[in-house]
Amino acid sequence: MYIIIIGGGRLGYHLTKALLDEGHEVLIIEKDAAISQTIISELGGVCLHGDGCEAAILEDAGTNRADMLIAVTGDDEDNLIACQVAKHKFNVLRTISRVRNPEHEKIFKILGIDVTVSSTRLILEHIKHELPSHTLMHLLDIQEKGLVVVEVKIPPESATVGKQVKELTLPPESILSLIIRKERKPTVATSSTVIQAEDQIIAVTRPESEEDLRAALTGE
Amino acid sequence: MNVVIMGCGRVGAKLSILLDKEGHQVTILDPDSYSFRWLPADFGGTALLGNGLNEDSLKKAGIEQADVFVAVTQGDNRNIMACQIAKHIFNVPKVVSRIYDPLRRDLYITLGIEAISPTTVFAQMLKEKV
Repeated sequence: MYIIIIGGGRLGYHLTKALLDEGHEVLIIEKDAAISQTIISELGGVCLHGDGCEAAILEDAGTNRADMLIAVTGDDEDNLIACQVAKHKFNVLRTISRVRNPEHEKIFKILGIDVTVSSTRLILEHIKHELPSHTLMHLLDIQEKGLVVVEVKIPPESATVGKQVKELTLPPESILSLIIRKERKPTVATSSTVIQAEDQIIAVTRPESEEDLRAALTGE
Repeated sequence: MNVVIMGCGRVGAKLSILLDKEGHQVTILDPDSYSFRWLPADFGGTALLGNGLNEDSLKKAGIEQADVFVAVTQGDNRNIMACQIAKHIFNVPKVVSRIYDPLRRDLYITLGIEAISPTTVFAQMLKEKV
């Protein structure tokens, strides 16, 4: 696959390395001349010096034959515009953008950016997971389908402990897919599975139903 | 008309003053309060501290009732992102943006944003003078 990466910062650099190792053809577009030089001396001729939001630079990069463009600069507005230029001018089928401000994800979606990754939100989720009061963790967004994969930890005092899955009222389009128990193999949840304290339940749901699902599973 | 202007530099401030004098309802947004020094003491509009890419700030500025949104910050991409938020999230009927880079302007027009490039306009005016 030919993949263009906008932004040669730490994220762009390591992403490029990983994609090159997987055997992809990769080109980074980096605004800063010194950073471009460093990348070229370390990774070879995989860096083009220029502004990745500009159609002329994207043209030089052969964007019209790119399978994917990934924008990972530190500025949301630059990432958005780079993806939009790639989509509207060069018909790149898949655009992925880093979004620093989680509030911006909404407009990126409306404007047709295929995938957004919010580093801030990911870090927040992981920190929240370490707080005992938080029983739900966001694991994955299946953005094209409008679904999310979450993990719910069952606190020992939950009203649902000892109940069967079929006794719970789950929000629509929510499926419990896996239960991980202490010192036991993970098991697939069925309607007769009995909820136990400290269960880690992996479930698929709609983003707007996350809170209802957590409440249904923990009996709050 | 209700007008929300993003960016209180020389151009943003001047535009606010002109529209205010014509009796329009003007709100000007800028993240730096020092920028509001461009506004005269008798300015009748609202100067609001805030970021034009932030939905809450835009709501406070009354974007939901705005007839026009104008983005005149120093950043072309910032302007165009704000305009797209105004257009696609808040359905503002008219959005106009300043775009320094004339090469980019064409693209923004294809994205449905009215863009004025001072570079092109001013170069043309200068050419007519010489």
